[in-house]
Amino acid sequence: MYAVRRGVFVQKMLEAMLQGSLVSIEVFVLTLLFSLPLALPIALGRMSRSRLVSGAVNVYLLVMRGTPLILQLIFVYFAPYYLFHVSYDRFVAVIVAFVINYAAYFAEIYRGGIESIPSGQYEAAKVLGFTRSQTFFRIVLPQVIKRILPSTANEVITLVKDTALAQTIGVAELFRVAQNASARQFSTLPIFVAGLFYFVMNWVVSAAFSRAERKLSYYR
Amino acid sequence: MEIIKVDHLSKSFGTLEVIKDISFSVHEGEVLAIIGPSGSGKSTLLRSVTHLEEVSGGTIEVAGERMVTDGAYAGPETLRSICLKVGLVFQNFNLFPHFSVLRNIAEAQVCVLGRSRAEAEERARALLGKMGLSDKAEAYPCELSGGQQQRVSIARALALDPEVLFFDEPTSALDPELTGEILKVIRSLAAEKMTMVIVTHEMAFARDVADRVIFMDGGVIIEEGKADEVINNPRNDRTKSFLKRFSE
Repeated sequence: MYAVRRGVFVQKMLEAMLQGSLVSIEVFVLTLLFSLPLALPIALGRMSRSRLVSGAVNVYLLVMRGTPLILQLIFVYFAPYYLFHVSYDRFVAVIVAFVINYAAYFAEIYRGGIESIPSGQYEAAKVLGFTRSQTFFRIVLPQVIKRILPSTANEVITLVKDTALAQTIGVAELFRVAQNASARQFSTLPIFVAGLFYFVMNWVVSAAFSRAERKLSYYR
Repeated sequence: MEIIKVDHLSKSFGTLEVIKDISFSVHEGEVLAIIGPSGSGKSTLLRSVTHLEEVSGGTIEVAGERMVTDGAYAGPETLRSICLKVGLVFQNFNLFPHFSVLRNIAEAQVCVLGRSRAEAEERARALLGKMGLSDKAEAYPCELSGGQQQRVSIARALALDPEVLFFDEPTSALDPELTGEILKVIRSLAAEKMTMVIVTHEMAFARDVADRVIFMDGGVIIEEGKADEVINNPRNDRTKSFLKRFSE
C-alpha cells in the first residue's frame, strides 16, 4: 500500500517536472530565437562610425553585462507597474529580459568574430565589385559563424542553466517545480533529478555545437 | 590608347606624405613594372589607383572614365563602373577560404556581372585549365600551395574580364620555386597583350616581361623608361645604388 502510494507520488513528481522542463525549454528556445538575430544589429551598432550610435550601444552593453540578470528580470516585470500602473504577462517579461540580456553577450561575440576577419577579405571583395551587403553576407558572415561557434556554445549552455532564474518573477520553470516537490516530500531528490534534466539538455546542446563545428571544419 | 592616366597624384597618411605629385600613364597592351625600396610608396600608389586608398589630391583616369578629378571622387556609379574594369592580385592572395576554388572564381561573376552559375563555372574551369589547375576545382584554398593559391587568385581576377590587371608584389609571399610558377603565368598574360601594372621586387623578371619600368623612392618617381634601359643602365644615382644590390 505504502509502496503504491510512493510510486504514484514519484510519478506525479516526474510529470510536474516534465511540465516544468517544458517551460524551461520554451524560455530557452524563445530567447535564442529572438536574441541571436537581434545581436547582429547591436554588434554593427557597436562598431558604427557614428559616436552617438556606438556610444548608446556601449551604454546598453555596460548595463546588460554589468548588472545581475535576476535584477533585470525584476526590473523588466515590475518597472512598468510602478511607472505606468500597467502589468503584463510574467512569461512575456521573462522572454523580454532574457532576450535583451543575451543579445548583449551575443553581440559582443559577433563583434569579436567580425573584427577578426582580415581586412584583405574586404579588400578582395571590394576590388571584385561585391556590394557591401554581398560582402557581409556572402564573404564575412559565413567565416564569422565558424569562428564564433565555440564561444557561442558557452553562452548557450549558460542560458540553459539561467532559465532557472525565471522563477524570480513567478514563472514555474523546472527548478521551481523541483524545489516545490522537494519541500512537499522533505527530500532533496527532486532537485537532483532537475540537475539531471539540465545536464541532459546541455549534453544535447554541446552535441549540436560539436556537430556544427565538424560540419564547418572543411576549411581553415 | 591610355588605360590608366594619373596626374599630380598625392596621398598622405596624417602628416606623412607617401605619394608626392606623381604622374604616369599606362597604354593598352602595355606591361608596366613599378620597382623601388620598401616604403617608397609603390604599393600605396597601386592601392590608390584601385581605390583601396583615398587619395589626397590629383587626378586618376581609368579606361576613359574619371575616378578622381583634382582630389574629388566621382559618384558611386562611375566608381563602380571603373571597379569592374580593374583587377587586382594581392601579395597574400586573399582568397575566400570558405569557398571552393571553383566558387572563388565563379562567385563574383554571378553576383557582380550577373552571369548564370553554369556560365560562370564554365569560365572558371577554362581559366583553371589555363593556370594548370584543372584538378583543383573542388579543393579549398587551405589545401593548396602558395603558388597554386596565387594562380587561383589570378584566375579570379581574370574571370571578370578586366581591362587592366594590377599585381601588388605577387610573389613576395612565395619561395623561389613557387615564384617561378607565378612569373610564368604573368609572362603568358603579357604574351596575350593583357595590360598589366606590376609592383615587384623581381628585377630580372621586371626587365624581361615589362615594357616600361618606374623606379620610385620617397613617394616620387625617380626614373622612368624602357625596362632594360632603367634596369641595365640606370641614369639616376639613387636608382643605381638600389639596383647595384640586385646585380651583385
